[in-house]
Amino acid sequence: MSGAAIAGRTIAREPIREDFKEILRLVKPGSRVLDIGCGEGALLELLQNENAVHGRGLEISAEGVSACLARGLAVVQGDADRDLDYFPALAFDYVILSQTLQAVLRPRHVLGELLRIADQAVVSLPNFGHWRLRLELLTKGRMPVTGVLPEPWWATPNIHLCTVRDFTAICDDLGLKIDACAALAAGKPARPMDPAREIENWRAEAALFLLSRRG
Amino acid sequence: MDSGETGRADQGGGGVMVFPADKPLQLDSGGRIDGLEVAYKTYGTLNADRSNAILICHALSLDQYAASSHPVTGRRAWWRTMVGPGLPMDPERHFIICSNVVGGCMGTTGPSSINPATGAAWGLAFPVITIADMVRAQAMLVETLGIERLFAVVGGSMGGMQVLQWAADYPQRLFAAVCIAAAARHSAQNIAFHEVGRQAIMADPDWRGGDYAAVGVRPEKGLAVARMAAHITYLSEPALHRKFGRELQSDGLSWGFDADFQVESYLRHQGASFVDRFDANSYLYITRAMDYFDLAAGRGGVLADVFRPARDVRFCVFSFTSDWLYPTVESRSIVRALNAAGARASFVEIDSDKGHDAFLLDEPVLLSALGGFMASAAQAAGLADQAAP
Repeated sequence: MSGAAIAGRTIAREPIREDFKEILRLVKPGSRVLDIGCGEGALLELLQNENAVHGRGLEISAEGVSACLARGLAVVQGDADRDLDYFPALAFDYVILSQTLQAVLRPRHVLGELLRIADQAVVSLPNFGHWRLRLELLTKGRMPVTGVLPEPWWATPNIHLCTVRDFTAICDDLGLKIDACAALAAGKPARPMDPAREIENWRAEAALFLLSRRG
Repeated sequence: MDSGETGRADQGGGGVMVFPADKPLQLDSGGRIDGLEVAYKTYGTLNADRSNAILICHALSLDQYAASSHPVTGRRAWWRTMVGPGLPMDPERHFIICSNVVGGCMGTTGPSSINPATGAAWGLAFPVITIADMVRAQAMLVETLGIERLFAVVGGSMGGMQVLQWAADYPQRLFAAVCIAAAARHSAQNIAFHEVGRQAIMADPDWRGGDYAAVGVRPEKGLAVARMAAHITYLSEPALHRKFGRELQSDGLSWGFDADFQVESYLRHQGASFVDRFDANSYLYITRAMDYFDLAAGRGGVLADVFRPARDVRFCVFSFTSDWLYPTVESRSIVRALNAAGARASFVEIDSDKGHDAFLLDEPVLLSALGGFMASAAQAAGLADQAAP
């Protein structure tokens, strides 16, 4: 199928992003999914079409929400920092936070909320421990600007950057279990990785985690 | 029994549904209305399995003429931006019903109707009604039209309150609900503005304790002032400024109390034209119904509990950035309650500087978002595959 006919028009299908492919692989068909920061709904639509999930979205911009509604998705305008509190416990099987955690005001709070409202959470984030970033900071002494982090420091929405090691530490701290982990790189297939290995904190441009509550 | 009035195709069908005395409208106040009459308009055709019906709930000062010109004023349909061929509510695909609310003055039983006990207009002997009473009357109409479940219930402002009430009272009888620029309860500020309007009406000597019909007069000045005050709340400061600024009617100041400013002249016109099509007592009763509206009251005060039985309904909630009458925070609390109840809710705050009235105006984002919502709901309800009736 090259496109989905919704609202009387055909929405051209963009090539599927590699991180989306990994998420499609992790999310069980038919499950209840909340996509936080769902943008214009590309991932949600994919999950609905490919995995027949019951999808919901949370998106901060009115433009994004309107685009989602036009695609036939159920999306609420709101923000991860404030609106997760209003979802009941275990309302979803999965909650997805794709490249968004580093942009929220209270990442620790949000992370805790994810696994209150869902059984499992899929979280992807840029890895500030990647060797290129380290090298750039070391040699130039300036905030790195790369493909994964394209904006200069004063324009970036990424206000809470962390490394893979930082992230595994906070998961430990919050009692969250890492059920699966993959390294992401633009245009390349996701590569399974062991986040505890120090080398991965140098190698991964971005990482994707499947989390659950411990015990 | 249907009086069977059928207008020209573009003017829709409908008529007045008269309910027999053994089917009274039970009221929240404990009273009832015998021989209820509900005036309604329809557009489009009900399909074979009666699954394509949309009920439009109208706002305080509007009526059943959502998609056809007004018989009194001759003005164009009030929701022409939303109802029509190719629009989110499309008579070519949907069977659209819009009825005048109980307490209204465009044909449905209200305080200006004749009280069978006295042979004169009800006046203040008419029972106080609520939003739930309005919805109960609509449910009676819909049932009598042979529709078990509505595809959608849609409304803005007071119409949005009715939509929420529908979901709360008849969750099995609607598939989708669209609530635009509304609230789950009236705020102190909402009540305060309404009280100004009611006091203006009751201060008019022609109001005569509500019995003005008996002497053949109408409290036109009071009702006009009520409308003027209310009209300000429907607009935003930027919208008023853009439209009028401090522009004068003529070259200079009058050094008196004529309508020097264009905004004064505009408001006077709004007030004066309103009295031609609206009844003062209806205004009292309907504003009271809105003030009494508090959906969670009497249900433990928890809005999420109200919506829990409606979690299979697809909700879409809209607010406007410049609406200070029913601001976004009100819609957001509805959405949070829907989420807490596990309902399938969508919500957008639309960027508009046109104030509360934006829901009646040409707002492209509202149009496309609602269009998308209705189309996907139609698909989920199995309507999309059906040919137009």
